[in-house]
Amino acid sequence: MYPSHVQLFITCLGDQFFSTTLKNMVKVLERVGVQPLFPAGQTCCGQPLYNNGFNEQTRPIARHFLEVFGQHKAPIVAPSASCVAMVRHHYPELFPEGTYEHALAMEVAHRTFEFTEFLVRVLQVADVGASYPHRVTYHASCHGLREMGLKAEAKVLLSHVRGLELVPLNEEEVCCGFGGAFSVTYPMVSQAMMENKVRNIIASGADTVVITEPGCLMNIAGGLRKAGSKVRAIHIIDILASTEGAL
Amino acid sequence: MSVSQPAYIHFGEYTQHVPEGIPQAVRQATQRFATNRAAVIADFPQWEQLRELGSAIRLHTIENLDHYLERLELAVQNQGGHVYWASTADEAREAVLKIAKSHRVALAVKAKSMATEEIGLNEALESENIRVVETDLGEYIIQLAGSGPSHIIVPAVHMRKEEIAALFSQKLGIEVPADPNKLTQVARQVLRERFLSATMGISGANFLVAETGTLVMVTNEGNGRMCTTLPDVHVAVVGIDKVVPDWKALSVLLKLLTRSATGQKLSTYIQFISGPRREEGEFGPKEFHLILLDNGRSKILKDPIGRQVLKCIRCGACANTCPVYQNVGGFAYGWFISGPIGAIFTPQILGPKVARELPFASTLCGACADVCPVKIPIPTILRHLRQRVVEGNGGIPSSIPGYLRLMAAFASGVLSNPWLYRFGSRFLGVFNRFEDRGWLTRMPFPFNRWTQVRPLPRFSNDFRAWWSRRELKSKGNDQ
Repeated sequence: MYPSHVQLFITCLGDQFFSTTLKNMVKVLERVGVQPLFPAGQTCCGQPLYNNGFNEQTRPIARHFLEVFGQHKAPIVAPSASCVAMVRHHYPELFPEGTYEHALAMEVAHRTFEFTEFLVRVLQVADVGASYPHRVTYHASCHGLREMGLKAEAKVLLSHVRGLELVPLNEEEVCCGFGGAFSVTYPMVSQAMMENKVRNIIASGADTVVITEPGCLMNIAGGLRKAGSKVRAIHIIDILASTEGAL
Repeated sequence: MSVSQPAYIHFGEYTQHVPEGIPQAVRQATQRFATNRAAVIADFPQWEQLRELGSAIRLHTIENLDHYLERLELAVQNQGGHVYWASTADEAREAVLKIAKSHRVALAVKAKSMATEEIGLNEALESENIRVVETDLGEYIIQLAGSGPSHIIVPAVHMRKEEIAALFSQKLGIEVPADPNKLTQVARQVLRERFLSATMGISGANFLVAETGTLVMVTNEGNGRMCTTLPDVHVAVVGIDKVVPDWKALSVLLKLLTRSATGQKLSTYIQFISGPRREEGEFGPKEFHLILLDNGRSKILKDPIGRQVLKCIRCGACANTCPVYQNVGGFAYGWFISGPIGAIFTPQILGPKVARELPFASTLCGACADVCPVKIPIPTILRHLRQRVVEGNGGIPSSIPGYLRLMAAFASGVLSNPWLYRFGSRFLGVFNRFEDRGWLTRMPFPFNRWTQVRPLPRFSNDFRAWWSRRELKSKGNDQ
């Protein structure tokens, strides 16, 4: 069934750094006939704490999330597979089976989707009417790829964007070195991995690298800027909202 | 704690000064293995089913380890072999030394053994004036260089051929061109002498088949056969986790191992050793001693998440695919076992006091779990071990600094309270002004940890205001 509404889960990185992408998310959803709702009480999914072993400190955040998004039955859509994986796979692990919280976490987990997943798998939309006449290469984010199994979704959407030429990226599926707290815990390793990613992006000959994950986007965009590259790093939502060069 | 075990593993400090050349050498070699692996697996239609099977076999085995180890012991003894149980590295070293001394061994040759690296056997033997010569080419190289292994199956992976040629010239006085074939020929000549004069051969094992008491060695160089057949005494030091129930299970694991390790359908040699020779004229040593090494493994068994590390069949595929490993090399992990598997093995064996940094030495990208032939959920175990470092475990208190715990409690409070979260967000815009003045890149340690590597993106958090205006407008339109 085609849902009439979705709840926007903007993620904390989206909230703080990517307001344009969030506005574009609203635009694309409306274009495909889905009405976005915005639960304003949302904060962060708690993944930064959970991934670093602070399970106890994550629980209040998860409880808050479940309370905010549990009030409405509409699917939840986020511009980040990493945050969705947190809700879908790890929230149920935070609460013992048989508890109300576990049941709620399971219920919410089943209707929380990453943006490209939601378009391609749930709405079964491949063409959102976008136009972006550029040479584009694609970085596969780890959590989307491996925790969520999203390998084809972004490329399906990109293949229907007018004027867009997708060029291959060497080591497309290799981590960019962000890794959340890893980027500041072991900055030198993070840097080496990021520089390797940036070298591959530049070598691809693309003028744009498209990314589906705010974390990777922050890291790679910063790396490109530091390298003095003109390659633009943008979120896939910004391409899907684009009408650049459209007739 | 014995000499073979590090007092503290400084992963973070090591990453600040990775010796030049290591990332390049490691990347080159491991990517070749990874490419070969991918090619051979693409050719194997039921690979995923085989992994499932391998995973189930390994899990079953470690969950019934006592049963299979007892069967193994009996089978080895029935064939005239001797079995020793070493609960610590010290006990294992003692056992080997005792055997060596009772045979007045002056020279031992060794092959295929990470377990002897784990217990620091070479140092122990040499302190008793027993010379031990490594005969795997890679092990031979690092023995000459005086270092430990930096990869579980290619111990000298961090060295380029030019460095090895220079090492041979310096240590052996032989000038060799930096050509792998020529280097191998030199090593072969030197080692042939040693095989013939050694009176004890030391090895590890890839598997121990409980059903028949058979030790299995998977090799490519042929030195393993020499070590285990020429000398009169063969001593094998093997972790208790290497046991497999029977030959059916073994056949599954062998298919997984060679493909995952080097991308080979079959290694050049697979040896099956079932005890010493039984009558004169047979091949093989007169005596066969099997030292079963626990060294902390059995204490892991109680933990259903952590114990999955013992499913490992030591193929090294996780290291070959790990971008962190490729950029730091194996020495960063501080012990004989490196890469993702080291990051989940070492902290469990040596404890958080020694290895508390290792569970954090990963971006949790998950590439390792994707290639693991026995489906060890490495990222899950990393998170689990991080939690233990944070919360403490088994009487060991939390081993993170107090300020981090405070920060986490603060973050937890703010992120579970929408008013505090929104209130705090208002002030983040100030960083844009810092950035404009170039202050962010000049912040002192540790506040520069992001910006020393790449600039911070600009804070752009007007979505909520935009949404509110939009809501107001649409309500206005409705009326």
